[in-house]
Amino acid sequence: MIKFNEIKRAFLVSIWFMFLTFPIMVIRVNPVERIVEWRWKNMILVGIGSFLLSFVWNYLMKRKELGVKKTEAGEETGTIPLAQRILGEKRIYIPGLVAIGVFTMVFPLIFSMYQTTIMTTALIYVMLGLGLNIVVGLAGLLDLGYVAFYAVGAYAYALLNYHFGLGFWMALPIGGVLGAIFGILLGFPVLRLRGDYLAIVTLGFGEIIRIILENWNEFSFGPSGIANIPRPSLFGIDLSVHSSIIYIYYIMIALCLFTVFVVNRLQDSRIGRAWIALREDEVACEAMGIDKAKTKLTAFSLGATWASMAGVMFAAKTTFVNPASFTIWESIMILCIVVLGGMGSIIGVIAGALVLILTPEYLRAFSEYRMLAFGTMLVVMMIFRPGGFIPNVRRVYKFEGVKSADKS
Amino acid sequence: MLKLKNVQTFYGNIQALKDVTIEISEGEIITLIGANGAGKTTTLMAVCGIVPPRSGEISFMGEPITGMEPDKIVSLGICQVPEGRRIFPYLSVAENLDMGAFLRNDRAEIKKDMEYVFDLFPILAERRHQAGGTLSGGEQQMLAISRALMARPRLLLLDEPSLGLAPLIVKQIFEILIKINAENNTTIFLVEQNANLALKVAARGYVMENGRITLTDLSENLLANEEVKKAYLGF
Repeated sequence: MIKFNEIKRAFLVSIWFMFLTFPIMVIRVNPVERIVEWRWKNMILVGIGSFLLSFVWNYLMKRKELGVKKTEAGEETGTIPLAQRILGEKRIYIPGLVAIGVFTMVFPLIFSMYQTTIMTTALIYVMLGLGLNIVVGLAGLLDLGYVAFYAVGAYAYALLNYHFGLGFWMALPIGGVLGAIFGILLGFPVLRLRGDYLAIVTLGFGEIIRIILENWNEFSFGPSGIANIPRPSLFGIDLSVHSSIIYIYYIMIALCLFTVFVVNRLQDSRIGRAWIALREDEVACEAMGIDKAKTKLTAFSLGATWASMAGVMFAAKTTFVNPASFTIWESIMILCIVVLGGMGSIIGVIAGALVLILTPEYLRAFSEYRMLAFGTMLVVMMIFRPGGFIPNVRRVYKFEGVKSADKS
Repeated sequence: MLKLKNVQTFYGNIQALKDVTIEISEGEIITLIGANGAGKTTTLMAVCGIVPPRSGEISFMGEPITGMEPDKIVSLGICQVPEGRRIFPYLSVAENLDMGAFLRNDRAEIKKDMEYVFDLFPILAERRHQAGGTLSGGEQQMLAISRALMARPRLLLLDEPSLGLAPLIVKQIFEILIKINAENNTTIFLVEQNANLALKVAARGYVMENGRITLTDLSENLLANEEVKKAYLGF
């Protein structure tokens, strides 16, 4: 069954991996005692590990190719992915939804404060992911500076509170509106750009915002940031740290539900379809009379609104903002959430955010290799599930009178 | 109905249209024929406002539309079937049609029009839930024409509807174009390389060469013209 060729291949792979990981796995320099440790045992472990993994890899690749061939031959392989089947089946779907709902509601009561905080962070990223999903997933505009709008929201709350003493509930809508305005401001110069060029310009925009925040001391207090931002209040009652963390968690759940609701409605609306059409063919859109400028600007500004509201939430949660929280890495992370989760798919983006934000947290046990494992996961994901965890299956519209039209 | 007067269009520094003057009256089928790169598509793009002219005038129903935004021009009743079909591959047939009616809000009428195009092209009714990209070339062309009709155009611009299609399908599509023209009094401006067929359908024709209109006449005269015959009809 296992051919000699495969063994040879796996052997070569393991040699290659031993060579690659040699500097980090084997050599350890101890600067205090000025000696070099040679950990040969690690090398053997890497060798055996990669030898075995390469078999698993081969097996998965073969299965993948087989699947591709089958679909090419037109065989019905149950192409609907598992997640979609679950969503389609009402008997599983509804109890599942109830279970998830109950779990999220009691989550902060069962688990520790630490867990609740992580979950809140993940929920902020769910919101960011859903917002970017409008821009990237639906309208197909690759935006690498999305974090700029996140920063706009966070600083909007921080500064409005510092100067005018505005509370969280006032700052949230104002932050959203500010985000929309910034979205339009960014949108105008990039209307004519597409693809790589758009990515570069938005990347620049994101950096501009960060650098302004870092250097304009009078305005944003520079790298030292703004501290003592109040947490959200509950009808004017000041909560203890513990209960306000739980409170923030529930606000975040509510905001996420609101986002899901709005994005879902947007997707099925005319403007949503115009976004999808714009992603597919700009010239055809123009010939159909779709206003390209307006459509792109609404995508940018609506996406930015959500980032900005998430920013307000972030400021309220951490009670401290500084420019270091809004680096390009954040933008990439959010983009990863959208692409890995499944572009254009709401449930995919939610899953993507939870996986991408929670895994590094729970991988803290493997602290040193955390990012390595994370990177490997991204690579493997993109090879085996290029459409994302839960790819978007577009809703089929049923028109009345289908039958009669078919007969005629 | 549509008038182009001394239209000049440039792509960067390259002049694509030189002093193009075309006139179309209501209810006509007019064709514009010419070789590759003559500027036929650019003429349509100029009318639609996608490539606005640098100088010259375009007017529709007596009103100037030079330099207007494409969506405003569509809302006036000019709709283009772009070259190479350009349907939306991931939207279903019905959704593609709905995108054609993007600027309209009268649901009942849109539905009626959808039934009308399904009547014209029954194959589209069969495939209404299929993604546009899975259709064959001929079906995609039918979809592109139907999508344009969904905007209820008064002037329909067609850019090489015969491109890459089997002769039988081309014939079918041209027959339906004549039908659309007769039933709705839709003016049709047809840009074609297949000069023989286009001139048989159209009442009048313009011949374009290197961005200039070199000849205009009734179709039967053009079909009989020795130079046109040699250059475009292949006799």
